[in-house]
Amino acid sequence: MPRRISEYIIESLIKLSGLLVIILVFLLFLFLLKDSLSLFGVYPLGKFLFGRSWLPISEPPRFGVIPLFLGSLYVTVGAIIICVPVGIASAMFIAEVAPKSLKLVLKSLVEILASIPSVVLGFIGIVWLGPALRNVLGLTTGMCGLTGSLLLAFMALPTIITIAEDALVSVPRTYKEAAFGLGATRWQTLWRVILPSASSGIIAGVMLGIGRVIGETMVAMMVTGNSPVIPKSILQPLRTLTATIAGEMGEAVSGSEHYFALFAVGLVLFVITFIINFIADAFLRRARK
Amino acid sequence: MELVPKIETVGLNLYYGDFLALKGINMKIPGQNITAIVGPSGCGKSTLLRCFNRMNDLIEHTKVEGKIVIDGLNILEPDTDLISLRKKVGMVFQRPNVFDLSIYNNLKFGLRIHRMLDGKDEIIQSIRGGLEQVGLWQELKDKLGNNARTLMLEQQQRLCIARVLILKPDIILLDEPCSALDPIATLRIEELLQALKQEYTLVIVTHNMQQAARASDYTGFMYLGELVEFGQTNQVFTNPKQELTENYISGHFG
Repeated sequence: MPRRISEYIIESLIKLSGLLVIILVFLLFLFLLKDSLSLFGVYPLGKFLFGRSWLPISEPPRFGVIPLFLGSLYVTVGAIIICVPVGIASAMFIAEVAPKSLKLVLKSLVEILASIPSVVLGFIGIVWLGPALRNVLGLTTGMCGLTGSLLLAFMALPTIITIAEDALVSVPRTYKEAAFGLGATRWQTLWRVILPSASSGIIAGVMLGIGRVIGETMVAMMVTGNSPVIPKSILQPLRTLTATIAGEMGEAVSGSEHYFALFAVGLVLFVITFIINFIADAFLRRARK
Repeated sequence: MELVPKIETVGLNLYYGDFLALKGINMKIPGQNITAIVGPSGCGKSTLLRCFNRMNDLIEHTKVEGKIVIDGLNILEPDTDLISLRKKVGMVFQRPNVFDLSIYNNLKFGLRIHRMLDGKDEIIQSIRGGLEQVGLWQELKDKLGNNARTLMLEQQQRLCIARVLILKPDIILLDEPCSALDPIATLRIEELLQALKQEYTLVIVTHNMQQAARASDYTGFMYLGELVEFGQTNQVFTNPKQELTENYISGHFG
């Protein structure tokens, strides 16, 4: 009898925590939606979604999300272009090429990489990477999209490497044997057999890495120049969705149009990351099959 | 009866680290025949098979001594071209190990790595030829784009054989190729092997004595890393020269 009771209690607790997470996410979404909708009562949705300027304190204020969206897009695409090939190559190296001892060292290094606080990376960006890029590329300022992309790529690397490496390692050994048995070289085996078999897992890792890049705030705020205008290139100062919320929330009067506009920006961000995680999840599920 | 061996091993020793897994193997495997290697688990039969295409090179700390002569060339020489060796000496494994790719790409893989690709038509011709040889063309010709892992196990194993055949090998090594298959599929694979021996030299490792008896022309019996007996299958099974062989094939141990 007591055993049955303790079983019941444990089961209920687990069920409860699971439900709690779902409820919290749902409430969060409702909360964002409610405050965003307050904006659209006074500011048209179309002008928010397609407006080309973000001027929250001009008279009348303008809350066009396009410059911020493009800021996030530029930085993210830049980061993806950098971190996806590097991440996959590193994962391939760790999983298939590196000797055992080096493998262990590299894996723990990657974990350390994941634990660097983003503010430290931002700091490095301000004092070193930004000025270095300005000098090398002859820019007017080093605080631009590219600096952000580089640092964010760096931040996404551990996620991509860890998950991609897992995916590569879990490809059955027999595939390798079969390929070698047919006379394939190590590279041919890796490229044509192991990589395609691991592709679902690798894509999932990449998507999670991208989710991290889009959601990252501190580095974006510190090094991208904080200029909410439509960027002409990645070499110009820009501002991301996240940096806008973090930067302006302190000044926005609670309950004002500006305040609600920032929630609407949050909602946009929420929707984007939701879609990305959803895709990643779909690929992970396919990888497990 | 004197025959020119296709594969000949001379004083073949193989070490895994300090462990001597193959002890002075001297063996002459004739061409255009099926040779079975039998023996209890751990006797070294798979290890021996894997010497013939140097697959043991993949395992760390292995050391090989002696000679393995295939068509007059010692393949243990350090300058042996492993890529062309493995093209010439194909291998089929215990569990069907088709790649997680389409049927078409499974077959194309070998053609690609050996640069045997000459236009789409020729690829299709080779693939068709390979699948016809293993009796899969009719079943699969409209499904070449399907993932090979969705096939039944027997079809997968046939596909693995086709994947080897398409590279035009001389010798095909089969490492317990039927151990994952049911008895009927096993029989059908054996029939396929009989058809293939006209053109190829087949060496099959098996723990299934009946399979060795029905499907092979020559049999080698191995025990604890040594080749105890080698001869025509008939003779080995009906009139073994060694007592150990007799005890094993009559089921006294193993």
